[in-house]
Amino acid sequence: MILKINNLHSEVAGKSILKGLNIEVNAGEVHAIMGPNGAGKSTLANIIAGREDYEITEGIIELNGEDISELTPEERAHAGVFLSFQYPVEIPGVSVTNFIKTAINETRKARGLEDMPAKDMLQKIREKSELLEIDRKFLSRSLNEGFSGGEKKRNEIFQMAMLEPKLAILDETDSGLDIDALRIVANGVNKLKSKDNAVIVITHYQRLLDYIVPDFVHVLYDGKIVKTGDASLALELEAKGYDWIKQELVS
Amino acid sequence: MELKDKILSSYVAFENDMDMNSDIHEIRTKALENFEKLGFPSKKLEAWKYTSLNVILKNDYCLFPNKETPIDLANVKKYLIQEIDSYKVVFIDGKYNSFLSETTHDTIDVCLMSAALTKPKYKIVIENYFNKIAKQDNLTSLNTAFAKEGVYIYIPKNVEVQKPIQIVNFTTGAEIATMMQPRNLIVVEENAHVQIIERHQSLTSNAVLSNVVTEVFAARNTTIDYYKIQNDNLNASLVDNTYIEQKTNSEVSVHTFSFGGNITRNNLNFYQRGEHINSILKGITIIEEKQHVDHHTLVHHIEPNCESHQDYKGIYDERSTGVFNGKVVVEKEAQKTNAYQQNNNVLVSDKATVNAKPQLEIFADDVKCSHGCTIGQLDDDALFYMQQRGIPKKEGKALLMYAFANTVLDSVKIPEVKKRITKLIAQKLKVNIGFDL
Repeated sequence: MILKINNLHSEVAGKSILKGLNIEVNAGEVHAIMGPNGAGKSTLANIIAGREDYEITEGIIELNGEDISELTPEERAHAGVFLSFQYPVEIPGVSVTNFIKTAINETRKARGLEDMPAKDMLQKIREKSELLEIDRKFLSRSLNEGFSGGEKKRNEIFQMAMLEPKLAILDETDSGLDIDALRIVANGVNKLKSKDNAVIVITHYQRLLDYIVPDFVHVLYDGKIVKTGDASLALELEAKGYDWIKQELVS
Repeated sequence: MELKDKILSSYVAFENDMDMNSDIHEIRTKALENFEKLGFPSKKLEAWKYTSLNVILKNDYCLFPNKETPIDLANVKKYLIQEIDSYKVVFIDGKYNSFLSETTHDTIDVCLMSAALTKPKYKIVIENYFNKIAKQDNLTSLNTAFAKEGVYIYIPKNVEVQKPIQIVNFTTGAEIATMMQPRNLIVVEENAHVQIIERHQSLTSNAVLSNVVTEVFAARNTTIDYYKIQNDNLNASLVDNTYIEQKTNSEVSVHTFSFGGNITRNNLNFYQRGEHINSILKGITIIEEKQHVDHHTLVHHIEPNCESHQDYKGIYDERSTGVFNGKVVVEKEAQKTNAYQQNNNVLVSDKATVNAKPQLEIFADDVKCSHGCTIGQLDDDALFYMQQRGIPKKEGKALLMYAFANTVLDSVKIPEVKKRITKLIAQKLKVNIGFDL
């Protein structure tokens, strides 16, 4: 099992957000997490990645059977967690290439490996940028600075392709994408899927799930997973909204 | 005895060694009178409000070090940039060191101020330029009174100097605190081009106070690139007084990299006497502990159609303190002036302080003058983003600071200088980033 979350409670600035969340993700699986605004979707993503402002008050998070709740964000990244940000941060003065080189070599260092030889690095950058149809010139630009919404998201998936995580969490990766960009991004994610890794797709809309087909769809509502189904659940949510789930819960 | 009195009473002995009948002697004596009247600057002066020299003025400085302190010459070479072929003028305790130096009289003069001030060959240049733009203020007057040694550079018309010139002042003061008064004169004639790298380095743990005055004259169509590397040890303080006069179509840039030292005060003054002049003032300050760096800049726009660009970045950790006072004066005649000033600071620690003051005095009505100043912290979102990609917090912080300072490095024209500065920044931030920005 890649990820196991059991009875997770969390607070942000004293406010209770997650209230006993459970989820299990096995290798080779794609899980979608859907839910209305404010349900706690982005909180879940940030908590798995280890953001400091989010406090775990109860419960466990295990990656490959090991508790990661005390690890720093970089240690979790080294253990194979990747979060594609809903709003990727602009870092003027650091090029995409230099950033990804640094990320890869720091990760290798943490794993006791030597720096990746420059030739291999270049080869890999070429291969993965082609996969995401990224122009060479784009790679020498400052990270995310002045990128369009679509470029930012494509760049996130490019980094994911370079880092080859065990667990990739895509937080609203479809927002701000036109249909062509969506297809490129989804195609990239699908190519990276294997029997050894897992993907969690956090989304509002069913649209992305036409391209990245989930094995499981979970509904996150008021800090808990309240319903789990297969890909057809996403279609049902798209057609009917979330109110019927709220009503189901009340009754 | 107070330092001021000690200095005043030492002058008699000093002037006995000099030629009392020269014009220079008159200039020196006048300057001494001026210093006697003004004394050392105190915080009561507006220009010194945020920088106090009191603590370092308590040291009992040796004013004329004459004891030879043996140093390992091979070991101090690292303070020079050796990867480039360059002229070098190196002083140890104010005395010229021929082993480390490479001067020239071939077409250009790169030699000693002591020679220029005394030999007939240089008389006309000295008469025309020496002490002509240096202010009559307290510390400049002090330097002028004891002006004796330093670097003399004369570049005649139409010469593009192929090698940069390095000026290095070492202080060894093995037993006592030392005060130095280096005096430099740089005259660049029409259509000439020169690059200069200046560094002051203490090799002792005793206190050092260097009070430097440099006058630079840029004639028509000249280009001068000046790099100041300030990375001295924690007991060494520096007051750098630089005066630059530019004529029509000249471009002069000064980059000041302040990473070390105890108290560092930069008084950088530009006077634009001509049209279509460009003055570029850039700086990176990265300090910690109780270090203090003060940048006082002045750009005096006197004639029309000129530009000035200022970009100063500061990163302050622990209890360090910084000052940026950028004064731009645009005279009534200086229409179509384009003056740009930017000063951005990052406080890494809660205990660090920056006092920033843009000061614009504009008397012309058709000008473009902008200034911007920010003081902030490192972006937490950006840090988390980098950590999420596997870059540890410390390296992430360093990367953010590199990126922050990078706009200043962009305009460094000597790649070896850029490399050296990047290395010094990495050292200062205690990281190994693994690539050059």
